[in-house]
Amino acid sequence: MTTSEFDSLRPPEPAGGRRRRREGRHRRPAGQVGADGSREMPMVPDAEFTSYYGRPVVKPAPWGHDIAAYLFLGGVAGGSALLAAGGQLTGRDALRRNCRLAAISAVAVGAAALVHDLGRPERFLNMLRTIKLTSPMSLGSWILSAFSGGAAVAAAAEVDRLTGERLPLGPLRPVLRAVEGPAGLEAAAFAPALAVYTAVLLADTSTPTWNAARDELPFVFVSSASLAASGLAMITTPVAETAPARRLALLGVVGDLVATEVMRRRMDPVAAEPLHDGRAGSMLRLSEALAVAGGIGTLVAGRRRGVAVAAGLALVAASALTRFGVFEAGIASAKDPRYTIEPQKRRLAARRAAGVTDDSITTAG
Amino acid sequence: MPQFSGPTDPAADARWPDVKPRKGFFTDTSICIGCKACEVACKEWNHNPRDGDLELLGSSYDNTGALGASTWRHVAFIEQKRDRIEQAQETGRALVNLGMPRVGAPKPVEPTPASAAPGDTTPPDTPEFRWLMSSDVCKHCTHAGCLDVCPTGALFRTEHGTVVVQADVCNGCGTCVAGCPFGVIERRQDGTAEVKSKDGERKRGQRKGEQPEVPNLGVAQKCTLCYDRLIDDQTPACAQTCPTTSIKFGDHADLVALARERVAELHAEGRTEARLYGANELDGVGGTGSVFLLLDEPEVYGLPPDPRVPTADLPRMYKLAGLAAGGMVAAAVLSFLGGRS
Repeated sequence: MTTSEFDSLRPPEPAGGRRRRREGRHRRPAGQVGADGSREMPMVPDAEFTSYYGRPVVKPAPWGHDIAAYLFLGGVAGGSALLAAGGQLTGRDALRRNCRLAAISAVAVGAAALVHDLGRPERFLNMLRTIKLTSPMSLGSWILSAFSGGAAVAAAAEVDRLTGERLPLGPLRPVLRAVEGPAGLEAAAFAPALAVYTAVLLADTSTPTWNAARDELPFVFVSSASLAASGLAMITTPVAETAPARRLALLGVVGDLVATEVMRRRMDPVAAEPLHDGRAGSMLRLSEALAVAGGIGTLVAGRRRGVAVAAGLALVAASALTRFGVFEAGIASAKDPRYTIEPQKRRLAARRAAGVTDDSITTAG
Repeated sequence: MPQFSGPTDPAADARWPDVKPRKGFFTDTSICIGCKACEVACKEWNHNPRDGDLELLGSSYDNTGALGASTWRHVAFIEQKRDRIEQAQETGRALVNLGMPRVGAPKPVEPTPASAAPGDTTPPDTPEFRWLMSSDVCKHCTHAGCLDVCPTGALFRTEHGTVVVQADVCNGCGTCVAGCPFGVIERRQDGTAEVKSKDGERKRGQRKGEQPEVPNLGVAQKCTLCYDRLIDDQTPACAQTCPTTSIKFGDHADLVALARERVAELHAEGRTEARLYGANELDGVGGTGSVFLLLDEPEVYGLPPDPRVPTADLPRMYKLAGLAAGGMVAAAVLSFLGGRS
């Protein structure tokens, strides 16, 4: 916009200096997006896209990979607690033990990552200052706390057993034995919420790609959590006890593939682009491949220990990549004004075309 | 439960016992001269530290960049040639032709019909060049994305209907940053102000003068509409200092009426590019506390063309999340039962 004939009257600029900033990657010439065959061409005509010097409209969440790791670990913890409860109720002792330990480890590391990512970590307890239903982060903090309580008690009982009752519990040992069962079930009751709330946390933002995926992201996340926890159980637990984990893994893989595909198709095509492009796109493609590979491995030869471990590893990696991919796609979408402006202009135009003219933020009077 | 979307009085919705009239800004960009006095006054009054590297950004006279944790007023500069000006006039005309709303249940003052009365309505000659200047600020939305998602209650709705962060409560989780549809609120952290302080720079001998201690590091920060001044019935620093009255401060209802009058006046002069931003309480954020008169499409100024507070869809998101969670439980139950049969 600053290019004008008056520019000739200005002193010469250093080569590659000020102009380049503005002509950066945000200024994709119209009609060339994907024209090199690297990916699908958008089906909608390139909307006239103006921005303020290519600067972002919304700000990306100031979250590091700690948060992406937590998305993954929270899912693993939730899925593991469900499997542990299943093991507890069906008498699969090794499955119960390993999944309880997995749940508490994952949730402990995840919570540490969350606290580490705060701007003022010493104030982390302020999260429990209030319960706020409009804040997924607030609800999530309470879910996480409730889950951790049950998971910790259940895991403590397992550790006590593993160490031959060497935990210095004294007279509390019978109490621990009595409450471990209910504690495991309590953790399992909060497990699905723990696995799914992070999807709402991401979707309830103005980050274009996350918000546009709001209808399908919960299904992607619970599927990813299921297959990750099942994969981990297949790694840690002998095949004799992992039949339920294998079935859950398969359901998870199917759910993950279907939900991801539906999500991509139903989202605004421009807001979906970060899910295909760049590092996030590569991660999500690799995740899909690993999920399929892990699923096939589980289905065909899940009863063989070696294959089960390999398939389990593939599933865990697939889930981690899904979370990191979705996370990075969102951050990338917030950094480029195109992903904010184009979908918004399109939906505004669509509403106007449908005769709704009274809900625009821009008015003639 | 508070209202998630639609027209409402935000302070009453927040259940203030003594609701004061809603306060806000009306920024009339048609008379902004780009002096940036608002930016300076804001920084001085609120003790906001330096933001960024004092570089030239290559964007006309805007070397501030954007609103952020330490920049609560930002003057945008846009240089336009004839074709862009004509486009702006056209998009403005299109808005008028849409028969845009004369909505607003409480309609305190009718736009004066006199200003739209017959007269010379031929558009003035399109100039060859124009310079758009606009002082951007927090919108103090009726339904504020930042406030809704804040987990600690650090962000709150004041009795004046504005949105303010309590810096001593915020733990810097950053959810509000992603929640804001306008990219206003930001976490004050490394990379903006802190990198300038103390060691790092001094070692390399590049320090550009002593910097005072940066307050409120690591917590979210944004415009408070000078809450401290409001309590004492004072005008916010930016509005007080604005030499052309481009930034007007007052009761929100009066300002919206004034804004409608002003846009009608400009249209009567044939300046169809004039339009209001944020004056419609039926929009995606329930109308904004800070209303703007713009001379081009909002995205030209770096404003979102159709913002929608994400929380408006939260009930649906919770429902779907509940469904997904139920599905996960069902899958687990199925997995364990499957083996029994």
